[in-house]
Amino acid sequence: MRHPITHRLALLSEPLVEWTIRICGWSAIFFVFAIFFFVFREGAPVLFRDLDLKEFFTSLNWRPDSRIQAQYGVLALLAGTASVTALAMALSVPAGLGAAIFVSEFCGRPTRETLKIVIELLAAIPSVVWGFVGYMVLNPILIWATGAPIGINILNGGIILALMSVPIIMSVGEDALKAVPDTYREAAIALGANRWQVVYKVLLPAAKNGLLAAALLGIGRAVGETMAVLMATGHSVQIPQSLLDPVRTLTATIAAELGETVEGGAHYRVLFVIGSLLMLISLVVNLSADLIVKGIRGKQNA
Amino acid sequence: MKPFVALVIAAGLFSGVIGCSGAGPNESASTGTSGVVIRITGSDTMVNLDQAWAENYKKARPDVSVQIAGGGSGVGIAGLIDGILDIAASSRDMAPDEIERATKRTGAEPKGFTVGLDALAVYVHQDNPLEAVSMEDLAEIYGDGGHIVRWSQAGVKNAACASDEIIRVSRQNNSGTYVYFREAVLGTRRELKLGSIDQSGSKDVVALVSRTPCAIGYSGMAYAIPGVKTLRMSKKKGEAGVAPTAESALDGSYPLARPLYLYTRGNPTGPVKEFIDWALGEDGQRVVRDIGYVPVPKRSE
Repeated sequence: MRHPITHRLALLSEPLVEWTIRICGWSAIFFVFAIFFFVFREGAPVLFRDLDLKEFFTSLNWRPDSRIQAQYGVLALLAGTASVTALAMALSVPAGLGAAIFVSEFCGRPTRETLKIVIELLAAIPSVVWGFVGYMVLNPILIWATGAPIGINILNGGIILALMSVPIIMSVGEDALKAVPDTYREAAIALGANRWQVVYKVLLPAAKNGLLAAALLGIGRAVGETMAVLMATGHSVQIPQSLLDPVRTLTATIAAELGETVEGGAHYRVLFVIGSLLMLISLVVNLSADLIVKGIRGKQNA
Repeated sequence: MKPFVALVIAAGLFSGVIGCSGAGPNESASTGTSGVVIRITGSDTMVNLDQAWAENYKKARPDVSVQIAGGGSGVGIAGLIDGILDIAASSRDMAPDEIERATKRTGAEPKGFTVGLDALAVYVHQDNPLEAVSMEDLAEIYGDGGHIVRWSQAGVKNAACASDEIIRVSRQNNSGTYVYFREAVLGTRRELKLGSIDQSGSKDVVALVSRTPCAIGYSGMAYAIPGVKTLRMSKKKGEAGVAPTAESALDGSYPLARPLYLYTRGNPTGPVKEFIDWALGEDGQRVVRDIGYVPVPKRSE
């Protein structure tokens, strides 16, 4: 027989715990909106008044500190972010998912444990150290290997970002594959499928959502990364003609220039507009991925 | 709370700060358990110099600690305007509107002290046969619409650079060196050509040039390292070039010589004034020479 007070506490604690969890859940939404609100609020005055949106999106001229006429064109910066991110994803998604499949399906326990520890160690390297690797190590190697006039360029930044995203894609991807019930594997093997057929025909379709989430987290890492790309891509305002051209990304521009801007000045506000633009980009990426996943599910149910 | 306040007041009295200024924001040479702290932030060109000053000043005044941060002249000046710095180091003049804003914000007009001279050197890779460049050619290399984009157009056969393309290494726009270079080479009516590799530090520019046979870059004369070559400069095409040295910076024959400044909030007082006096004195100026910059010529007064 329980003491009545303990009993009452137990009755009380349930809604208390429930509310705590509920607040935790809602706070995520609150923080996202709060961050967007503050970033947008800093940028809004210039966005609705002085900023020529046509120039903003179509001009190649990023000259925020001009003595003649300040120009805020982000086309070259957008091209920089897009090209570096695209290359990084082209390298890291196959490598990361491949590593996930290997670790989850093809290797023995000792290999798996070693591989996982080493690859997760890769994730623990600070981005500024990655930047150094790109700047000091990869730069001369790329000049030597490709004959490019300069080794800090899209290729360098793409390789560095890919190395940074692979651990994330691998860990999340492996979890997704592990979540597929073993009965699926057993059934496939019982039907005479070989290991590769099990992976290709059964596991990949079954783990599709999780694997897509893995790739998306990787993209998020690549779009938002700042320090490493600042050092590895050359920080150069231009539309790239080839993989060996240096570029400048949106994030690196904010990082490099926010420190010297005057609070409330046009340059300061335009950098916040760029921040809002970055948030918008990730929102669109996430939403479209969500829709794709829903579309896949809808087809499967039909 | 109370013991802390008492400590601050005591330390303030000890260092003679309290009498000179009213409220905290005007005199922020802050006090703590380890004595007086002077914060200097700004010019990346001067970070080495500031650091050496801080170390030497510690020997002269063990009770005062000088904290150094770089980031670029623009960052230092922004800090001075916001009132969060004791001293801003700058390799360019403060612009009139910056002085006005600082005066409005902090209630005192910033005061600048010339603490040394720098000859802004133009660097190329050691394998580049180029020995000298004129200001006119430099403007065509770096300026918007400039027609020199290949080394052959600059008059040399740069064998180490297979593509013959000139890689322009520049600085991010929070840099005083960048602002000075733009002004000195291009004047006020011409922009820099976009597409240069913009580095965040003086050291980075030289390090990158030392690893890149196709590159040209500019940085303080104190940053020369093995692997790069310092170009002789002439004002006009065809004139003999002048190497960046203490003499050529002082007599004005080197076209890219510029003063290095420390800016304070209003007339400096207390520990900040003592530091500036020391930096301008014999010991401080010896440090300037040891680091590789040019001491300020003594006034004949």
